[in-house]
Amino acid sequence: MNWLTNVLGNIGFAFRSRLYRLGAGTRLFFLTMIYSADSFKRIHLTIREIYFTGVLSLVIIVVSAFFVGMVLGLQGYYTLEKYGSSEAIGVLVALALVRELGPVVTALLFAGRAGTAITAEIGLMKATEQLSAMEMMAVSPVARIIGPRFWAGMISMPILATIFSMVGILGGYFIAVIVIGVDEGAFWSQMQANVDFQNDIVDGAIKSIVFGFACTMIALFEGFDAPPTAEGVSRATTRTVVISSLAVLGLDFILTSFMFV
Amino acid sequence: MERAKIDIWVGLLVVLGIAALFGLATKVGNLTSNDIKETYTVLAHFENIGGLKPRAPVKGAGVVVGRVKSIVFDTEAYHAVVKIDIDKRYVFPKDTFANIYTSGLLGEQYIGLEAGGEDANLEEGDRIKFTQDAVVLEKLISQFLYNKASEEEK
Amino acid sequence: MSDKLISIENLSFGYGKKLLHKDINMQFNRGKVSAIMGGSGCGKTTILRLIGGQLTPNSGKVLVDGDIVHEQDRNGIYHLRRKMGMLFQHGALFTDLSVYENVAFPMREHTDLPENIIRDLVLLKLNAVGLRGAHNKMPAELSGGMARRVALARAVALDPDIIMYDEPFAGLDPISMAVICDLIRSLNDALGATSIIVTHDVAETFSFADYIYFLADGTVAAEGSPKQLMASKLPFVRQFIHSEKDGPVPFHADAPSYQEDLRL
Repeated sequence: MNWLTNVLGNIGFAFRSRLYRLGAGTRLFFLTMIYSADSFKRIHLTIREIYFTGVLSLVIIVVSAFFVGMVLGLQGYYTLEKYGSSEAIGVLVALALVRELGPVVTALLFAGRAGTAITAEIGLMKATEQLSAMEMMAVSPVARIIGPRFWAGMISMPILATIFSMVGILGGYFIAVIVIGVDEGAFWSQMQANVDFQNDIVDGAIKSIVFGFACTMIALFEGFDAPPTAEGVSRATTRTVVISSLAVLGLDFILTSFMFV
Repeated sequence: MERAKIDIWVGLLVVLGIAALFGLATKVGNLTSNDIKETYTVLAHFENIGGLKPRAPVKGAGVVVGRVKSIVFDTEAYHAVVKIDIDKRYVFPKDTFANIYTSGLLGEQYIGLEAGGEDANLEEGDRIKFTQDAVVLEKLISQFLYNKASEEEK
Repeated sequence: MSDKLISIENLSFGYGKKLLHKDINMQFNRGKVSAIMGGSGCGKTTILRLIGGQLTPNSGKVLVDGDIVHEQDRNGIYHLRRKMGMLFQHGALFTDLSVYENVAFPMREHTDLPENIIRDLVLLKLNAVGLRGAHNKMPAELSGGMARRVALARAVALDPDIIMYDEPFAGLDPISMAVICDLIRSLNDALGATSIIVTHDVAETFSFADYIYFLADGTVAAEGSPKQLMASKLPFVRQFIHSEKDGPVPFHADAPSYQEDLRL
């Protein structure tokens, strides 16, 4: 019977500790909101963080988008051709990117690149007592470190997702029209007829904002909460990627069922 | 990292983002089309709407002139009441036909409006009197089989 | 104005069930350099954190200039910390800012001084610690001793009333140690501040401190001026001062008998 109580105890502990983290994370979020005015007073800090999370992610986003678009074009074409609907390739690429792949893949890449950078940076600042030093100098680390990074993430994500979708479509265009030879007019006109700005593009943008919130908040919290040791920080960065990815995919399902069904 | 350099790059990021959004909106979506214009609403009753959905296009001579606003079931007369938003630029006479067509072989369904010859035009809240239901595949098949069977009998 | 700037009364503190400090009393007088000494892990640094309001005592009070620290609201803590400067063990310089910007940080955050005055003040502070020429460097380019001196300049940027040092001598070469010693004393006297040093370095501390507290087993094992403690007959103090391997603080951690472990 001992093993049963052990198992239940472990489950209970795991549940409780996750609940605690969720609560602590929520509290950090509210603190960030409260100090947001400060984050915008020091606008340059926020702009600096947008550089580090957004601009430095551009390369990976653009390259990935182009490849994803090309693969969509390639795979889509050969499947559609079997049903004689190869001219719908534009619609396929556009809808797949704008509704799903744009926001989701961008979020996953963001979590991996910018998210881990944020977690590692804040975790390291905690380990080297920089956060403590700031507190003792009567400057709130939430206002000065967490806040700007939060808003930078919230602003960067939709921008990156939009760029991803556009570059992906160009990648699909490149493969379908230039390489394979689908009619250019049909490619764009079918797309325009079937992609609705309000429903598809705006909904995709809403998704990317939600994902931006989730990924950034998770990265910030993991860094802030990391044990101040080398092992603690490295575990925290791993957790950032794993939890962000799961959150993005889960939220994607929930949002999709709201928006597109 | 001096301020100026960072600011330039962030500005570039924002510009790229706006350009991408613009590209998506115009080249990819249909923002340039007539959705933002003013519309007037008319009604149409159908016995069977088939696969018609809200926001399905309403076309005249193949050109999109409006959208299906809503579809409800009338519990007294037992038919479907479809509300259509038509762009104010396009007017149709009162004896217009509203038919449900399928785009392509297995595509989505839309309403096609065929203009009649009356002088008076449809106005806000009017009802289209002449409608043709969607072609339901099962009925078509059963009719075909029925015809085939009765042919054999002869 | 009370002579006792900082007062710790009946303080008990612990993480979880085990108490780190059991009902201790300490006083730090205005204008004096006091030291808190003891073995590793006896809760010295925790005292500094309790004074700074980063931790809340389980029972008892910490008073700074008459105000109870853990009862302060956000505004109160803010004003309290404005009076303090803290030097962390490895400097804790902000790695993304240059030396100049690190020292300018408190000035920019808490005052509205124009940039040219800030520049003068920063160079003044850096000059006091002998690093005026390094103001353009990044923290990564500094040696340990230099980083700690810059952190000291940052800690005294706003001329605080209380300066706290967390193990300022740890890991320094003899020259840097002598420099820091000198700086602690001279800054304290020049600013008329009250300094508290947490350390386990006997020789250096005894050379310039005014009053010393010894912590062991969660209580104040001994206190007094360096002269008084040198003459003390308490076994713990003797072991510490004369760096003896074994005494009240045992060499062997708790373990079953050697014979049992070797299974003889």
